[in-house]
Amino acid sequence: MTDTAPAIELKGISKAFGPVQANKDISIRVMPGTIHGIIGENGAGKSTLMSILYGFYKADAGEIWIQGKKTEIPDSQAAISAGIGMVFQHFKLVQNFTVLENVILGAEDGPMLRPSLARARGVLKQLSEEYELSVDPDQLIENLSVGHQQRVEILKALYRQADILILDEPTGVLTPAEADHLFRILDNLRAEGKTIVLITHKLREIMEITDTVSVMRRGEMTATVKTAETSPEQLAELMVGRKVLLRVDKEPAKPGAPILQVDTLRHVDRHGVERLKGVSLEVKAGEILGIAGVAGNGQSELLEVLGGYADASGTVRVNGTEIDLTGRRSDGQSRRARGIAHVPEDRQTEGLIMPYTAWENTVFGYHRDPRYQSGLLMNNALIKDEAQDKMTRYDVRPPNPNLAARNFSGGNQQKIVLAREIERDPDILLIGQPTRGVDIGAIEFIHQEIVRLRDQGKAILLVSVELDEILSLSDRIAVMFDGRIMGERLPSETDQTELGLLMAGVTERPDKPLIEAVDAQLEAKEAREAEQHD
Amino acid sequence: MDLVTVLQVLDSTVRLATPLLLACLAGLFSERSGIFDIGLEGKMLAAAFASAAIAAVTGSVWLGLLAGIVASLLMSGIHGLASITFRGNQLISGVAINFLASGLTVLIAQDWFGQGGRTPSLMGGGRFEPITLPFAEALSGVPVLGPVYAELISGHSILVYVAFLMVPLSWFVLFRTRFGLRLRAVGEAPEAVDTAGVSVIGLRYAAVMICGLLCGLAGAYLATGLQAGFVREMTAGRGYIALAALIFAKWRPWYALSACLLFGLLQAVALRYQNIDLGGITIPVQVMDALPYILTVVILAGFVGKAIPPRAGGEPYVKER
Repeated sequence: MTDTAPAIELKGISKAFGPVQANKDISIRVMPGTIHGIIGENGAGKSTLMSILYGFYKADAGEIWIQGKKTEIPDSQAAISAGIGMVFQHFKLVQNFTVLENVILGAEDGPMLRPSLARARGVLKQLSEEYELSVDPDQLIENLSVGHQQRVEILKALYRQADILILDEPTGVLTPAEADHLFRILDNLRAEGKTIVLITHKLREIMEITDTVSVMRRGEMTATVKTAETSPEQLAELMVGRKVLLRVDKEPAKPGAPILQVDTLRHVDRHGVERLKGVSLEVKAGEILGIAGVAGNGQSELLEVLGGYADASGTVRVNGTEIDLTGRRSDGQSRRARGIAHVPEDRQTEGLIMPYTAWENTVFGYHRDPRYQSGLLMNNALIKDEAQDKMTRYDVRPPNPNLAARNFSGGNQQKIVLAREIERDPDILLIGQPTRGVDIGAIEFIHQEIVRLRDQGKAILLVSVELDEILSLSDRIAVMFDGRIMGERLPSETDQTELGLLMAGVTERPDKPLIEAVDAQLEAKEAREAEQHD
Repeated sequence: MDLVTVLQVLDSTVRLATPLLLACLAGLFSERSGIFDIGLEGKMLAAAFASAAIAAVTGSVWLGLLAGIVASLLMSGIHGLASITFRGNQLISGVAINFLASGLTVLIAQDWFGQGGRTPSLMGGGRFEPITLPFAEALSGVPVLGPVYAELISGHSILVYVAFLMVPLSWFVLFRTRFGLRLRAVGEAPEAVDTAGVSVIGLRYAAVMICGLLCGLAGAYLATGLQAGFVREMTAGRGYIALAALIFAKWRPWYALSACLLFGLLQAVALRYQNIDLGGITIPVQVMDALPYILTVVILAGFVGKAIPPRAGGEPYVKER
């Protein structure tokens, strides 16, 4: 391979946004027919680099060479003509268009649609056979599962005859089975000589599928190594710049009395779709119950109901006493009064008020506490002092309580929310997606905090779409699918495969090949949802 | 009620529905591209004035029509500049256009013609005359079909036929052409259009300009077809009624036709039956006149079932990554 030109060669790419240097003198060579991983923490500059390659940003300095030719990429059109296709983390699809319409959008053959659609139908059929990329060309995007939507994005790129495919965090929204299927597709594409750049923060994926991996940290490319010659530990260290504990260190749980008892909880959302279909579970003092599941199977609604901002039927007991699930005494305020603290899934819209300062954010929800009052006014001096103290102890960087919440990175925002909720000494902690968008270094800290709380005898309900996180933190695991608990497992007695099947609603190990069983379940679910929407 | 009365009401329905239909289709193009346009009213008003003024001065209705379109396009340009290029608030820009048109038209009319903010009455070549379709005379003797053809279908001005032809044309453009696919896409998911290498700004300007063109036709029809000259505030809320019809029509051309015909019918009935006697109780004329507006409110208040506006509507497009 030494005498072939690299599919992509970047030479000395730099890009600054104001005072922030997002990319510093980055050079990289991606060989054709390989899968090249780019790994790095949030804000390391991976996405900026790929956006430059796809013509979204213009680099301040540096050159782009594609297939051995120096290429200018001022816009997406140029990137497409250079044979580059991009699958974004948030799909760029028109929801109420069909698959076919989405595929031809921007790449039509002429002013009339009919011939373009006819040709695309043929090409799609051929592509889907070639690469295991089957999707119904006449289905509307909004009726497709996330995994299928992603296939449409890949098809869009292939239809435009991309030789280079960039995927940005492609597995974040997929079930393990869907992720496996994606990797098979990528394998097929590599076999056909396509070049693939995979951006991810998941070490396991890098190890599983890439040929070469480049590590980015703070805008710089710190290393490029052959995947076979490295280890997850080494990559993590390169990413963070220090040794990182990838495993969670914890003693076996010593569960006490049941603190949170949930019985046949039902919830119907405002579109009339039943999101919780009789959920029952129990969390004891001093244990972590992990709820696994693909996003959108009722976990969010479970947290909303328990956190007090969605109505439900059924019973919920806290320390043996039933709490109201509807009406005036069912809100965040009354939940907190009962000792339920909540770290919401979406910290930017539910956990924090982004334009407000950090110190203000450290008391929201608890701001009626008499301690913080001073006559008619609030005792801001005290709140600020306490905020400063919390931020120091939770290692929030920078530890400046006067900065607006939006000026902190994802991990530090999460630490502010955690500090607020944990410091009130709750009996129960609801915590959703604790490490979504959080850097590896901060993940380590947050996980240790959660385990520390457990060891203090708190009952912890953890919801996460990251199976690794569920497996390493939980003392018991419940899997949700389509508004129901599909089963409970002990982390020591299960594995990714079994949980992955449960997450797709398959309760028994199937005779059929795995992927078909999972697909069948997902399609059945989609059909049911489509019915409910009508 | 005899056939003649019915035909007269329906004939009047067609005339009254025409400006609504043109404005409604104008709004359809704009909103399908993601640019909400509350300024249909202002554009129509500006076009009505410009067409009447130029037709009055030159005596040519065609020059008037051209002037009306130019005036409306200018207004569209302002809206496009504010809401696409400068990413301003589309509602505020639309309201501003309505105020601007409402004030400017009367001011200029008074300055030019000194008739209290109106233009002189148009006559002869200054108005769009009814067109008699072929065989209308000959067929008028045929029972039912003859009068329907002669009274209802024949005998309108050219802009009425243009308006009704715009319905299938709009449908074809939106749903059968590359331009239409991209236009609909940009109102739903501009980021999808952008990453596909197509200019979001270009598409949105094109849509806003089509909107201006159609509003220009609507305004010119008001002042030179439906009536003979411009009077202040002569659009009388038609732009808003067209918006209501657009929501009622769920942003679809054929539904827009039905919705506009319905509103036109209400206006025609109100015009024809000024006082309705219901066995002792007389419904006052004001109630009839208010009916189309009341219906507008009812429809806007949400009695239309599920109408999903274009998803990216009202949002300026900001490129992110």
